[in-house]
Amino acid sequence: MSPDENGPGDAQRPTEAELSERKNRLVRSLEERTTKSAAADKEGSSGAGHGYAQAMKLSTEFVAGILVGAAIGWMIDKGFGTSPWGLIVFLLLGFVAGVLNVLRSAGLMAEQKDRMNDG
Amino acid sequence: MANDPISQFKIINLVPIEVGGLDLSFTNSALFMVATTAVVATFLMLSTGGRGLVPGRWQSLAEMSYEFVANTLRSSAGNEGMRFFPLVFSLFMFVLIANLIGMFPYFFTVTSHLIVTFALAMLVIGTVMIYGFAKHGLKFLKLFTPDGVPPALFFLVTPIEIISFLSRPVSLSVRLFANMLAGHITLKVFAGFVTSLIAAEGLGIFGPMVSILPLAMTVALTGLEFLVAFLQAYVFTVLTCMYLNDALHPSH
Repeated sequence: MSPDENGPGDAQRPTEAELSERKNRLVRSLEERTTKSAAADKEGSSGAGHGYAQAMKLSTEFVAGILVGAAIGWMIDKGFGTSPWGLIVFLLLGFVAGVLNVLRSAGLMAEQKDRMNDG
Repeated sequence: MANDPISQFKIINLVPIEVGGLDLSFTNSALFMVATTAVVATFLMLSTGGRGLVPGRWQSLAEMSYEFVANTLRSSAGNEGMRFFPLVFSLFMFVLIANLIGMFPYFFTVTSHLIVTFALAMLVIGTVMIYGFAKHGLKFLKLFTPDGVPPALFFLVTPIEIISFLSRPVSLSVRLFANMLAGHITLKVFAGFVTSLIAAEGLGIFGPMVSILPLAMTVALTGLEFLVAFLQAYVFTVLTCMYLNDALHPSH
């Protein structure tokens, strides 16, 4: 077996050495990429204001959920004259959505798009 | 300029314009938005005008900003996301330069107003929704319905997911706005301490001596504010990329 060249018409199976060499090369390039992206992730989240930024992020997520819930409830009340039930119900739902946002951005829950794997 | 920390955010009418009962006056906010756009455009036009094979200082700055945004976009939205590059790059440059221009004394910070950042965030979410529906049709709505949820809970979970989705532009805009607002107020408060300590009667020589402390704090905070100005522009860009990724690959 002399694998001189991997021409297109070469029906020969690659040897064990070739396969392991290729695998090593792939592993190396994968490693390079993952460390690079990990470094990029770190760059975004480290630094002087890391804890401050984290607190800011979580609190805005929470407040945003409540605000949007209240706004929707208020608009439903205005549109259908169901005051105050729309506001009550949607404020509570907004509260839940705010908690959900916080858990999501803290990485404790699946992202919305991740659960569509089967869809 | 007044010594209180809030008056720096006041909107002033420079050229009153009224069209059909709508107040479309040219304000100081509008002036600084135009200035931001002008600075970005001039910077990019001048720095890429030379097109040297070996980039000069300005050209490599422009190339760095391009590559920074391109890498961010590619790593979170994939190569397909590059079709949104013009939008993302414009957003990043606008927010970054607006934040940095706001760091000049007596200048107005455009991004310290909620309505401005909210408009930017709505632009992003609008793009995500329009593109998502155009590309995936009604399948895009699956973003709101978890798999395998019991029918009884369906009507409870779906509104929560919709509220959670709609709260994204709110949290995106509130984060940028609150950071800029809080930073500038803190700076102004500490800078105000310096003048009031020097002017304080009855402290004698101690007033000016103690005033060194808030002065040092102001210097340190200025450095922190530059970091925040960059960091918030970056965060805004990263989140934009992530939302665009949802529109591109909802079933990824």
